[in-house]
Amino acid sequence: MKKENVIEATNLTKTFGEFTAVNKITFEVKKGEIFGFLGANGAGKTTAMKMLIGISIPSEGQATVAGYDVSTRPEDIKKSIGYMSQKFALYDDLTVKENITFFGGIYGLKRSQIRIKSEELINNLGLQEVSNDLVGSLPLGWKQKISFSVALLHDPKIIFLDEPTGGVDPITRRQFWEMIYETAHKGTTVFVTTHYMDEAEYCDRVSIMVNGKIEALDTPKKLKEQFKVDSMNDVFLKLARE
Amino acid sequence: MKRFIGFIRKEFYHIFRDKRSLFILFGMPIAQIMLFGFAITNEINNVDIAIFNKSKDATTEEIINKITASKYYTNKQLIQNEKEIETVFKRGKVKAVLVFENDFSKNLIKENKATIQIITDATDPNTANTIANYTNSILRTYQQIVNKDIEIAYQIIPETRMVYNPELKSVFMFVPGVMTIILMLVSAMMTSISITREKELGTMEILLVSPIKPFQVIIGKVFPYIFLSIINAIVIVLLSIFIFKMPINGSFILLGLESVLFTITSLSLGILISTISETQQTAMMISLMGLMLPTILLSGFIFPISSMPIPLQVISNIIPAKWFIIILKGIMLKGVDISFIWKETVILIGMTLFFMGLSIKKYKIRLE
Repeated sequence: MKKENVIEATNLTKTFGEFTAVNKITFEVKKGEIFGFLGANGAGKTTAMKMLIGISIPSEGQATVAGYDVSTRPEDIKKSIGYMSQKFALYDDLTVKENITFFGGIYGLKRSQIRIKSEELINNLGLQEVSNDLVGSLPLGWKQKISFSVALLHDPKIIFLDEPTGGVDPITRRQFWEMIYETAHKGTTVFVTTHYMDEAEYCDRVSIMVNGKIEALDTPKKLKEQFKVDSMNDVFLKLARE
Repeated sequence: MKRFIGFIRKEFYHIFRDKRSLFILFGMPIAQIMLFGFAITNEINNVDIAIFNKSKDATTEEIINKITASKYYTNKQLIQNEKEIETVFKRGKVKAVLVFENDFSKNLIKENKATIQIITDATDPNTANTIANYTNSILRTYQQIVNKDIEIAYQIIPETRMVYNPELKSVFMFVPGVMTIILMLVSAMMTSISITREKELGTMEILLVSPIKPFQVIIGKVFPYIFLSIINAIVIVLLSIFIFKMPINGSFILLGLESVLFTITSLSLGILISTISETQQTAMMISLMGLMLPTILLSGFIFPISSMPIPLQVISNIIPAKWFIIILKGIMLKGVDISFIWKETVILIGMTLFFMGLSIKKYKIRLE
């Protein structure tokens, strides 16, 4: 059985004046997939992602996310997706519980739902001891996990992760990817940007952007065969050098 | 609505958990009003003077008594010779020396004329000027009393009345100014900082990706500051009424409404600043240099606008605080109603709409 597509982009383009940041990219992401969106800094990853999450309007082309058109129904998209930025943005001067309550609130969760969800989240992450501590006092790795869980509070169909593992140690990164797997396993689609090439190996499929265009898109295994190399790192270097 | 309440609760957590915000919000207004009310004043009280009395007769003694009996002067010392005059000035405590000429009484009777020299320390020109004026007026009064039995062919007696602030209390002039500065500081600076903080932390991005709408974010962020500004305005008014005996001659309701209007004007400026600055520091610098300084210098708070050079007078018109100070002085001191200050009110409303429009435009450009 063919799985449904939750993201479909066709010739999606974004120009800033003369500069074309994203140049006619076409791809689709299936339900429950972990889709790696790779590219060097400045390749247009972030711009492309901003269009998909409904905070930037495409100059040309179209895309649907969770069945909604990004140009006309960004508000509906926002309700169906979760988003975690590379800054693990939480409020440092609020406690863990207060952060959960706040973000649950802006996604329109009911108070009773928030209470259940927040207990679940705290137990899952083993945060019972620090649930009333200010987030600012917690180590970065914990913030990252909390930030991820908070982005999943409203059970989104798709979660967008913008370089979610920047600045954390390898063990924490490994643990974080386990959380991503678990999430995908439950049926949530994961759209993740990264520039750690070893992480690309964990994805079901990856796309590599160079200068605003998608230059390669397949499973990591097939990409390595296609470019006749042993690691995603070499795939990336080959593409970037061309 | 529930989202909104959650948002505001979060905003209050931010404010109450940050000692610096708390200090600016509640420490500053009280400190400023006390400073301006007590310490910074144009009046003179108990100024130390010295007297060099060369004649030591009944008339000079009488005049000296009159002068030292006033609350303005305290006679610190009697000087014995010319050289000492300079020494006392150099020591700095004595601000003025009165010199009575030799044979003061005799001259007065014989020639109908005698001189008193008033020497003031003009390193502080304002005080020097005020001392000279006060001394002159004390002498004039004395003269009138002495001469009251004598018919003079004709004389002009100026009768001055200072309306609205008969005692010329400077605190009456400062209260509207301080209130303006505080409302401006709390509303414009604090909101621009708190909005840019979300940008810096990356939480603004999260909020923009969430279903909450941008204008809800902005309203959620500024609402607590409207509330706190109003509390501040009330505190300032209460302090000035009870501590400085400032009269509020006009309507409290009008005063309240105009204060809310000015708060919104400042908030819209704060929002505008936050759209053009990326970091909290930039926001603070722009607020301090771009708003606070011109407000203090050009709003007529400290320096009268009418004595500024023409270009500055023109510039002062674009400072919202100028219009609010006129409104405040009108309501507090003159007790006017809206029919006297509608023009200023309309100007403030116009400025608010302009700033808001500009912020929305800037915001849209960023989103494109």
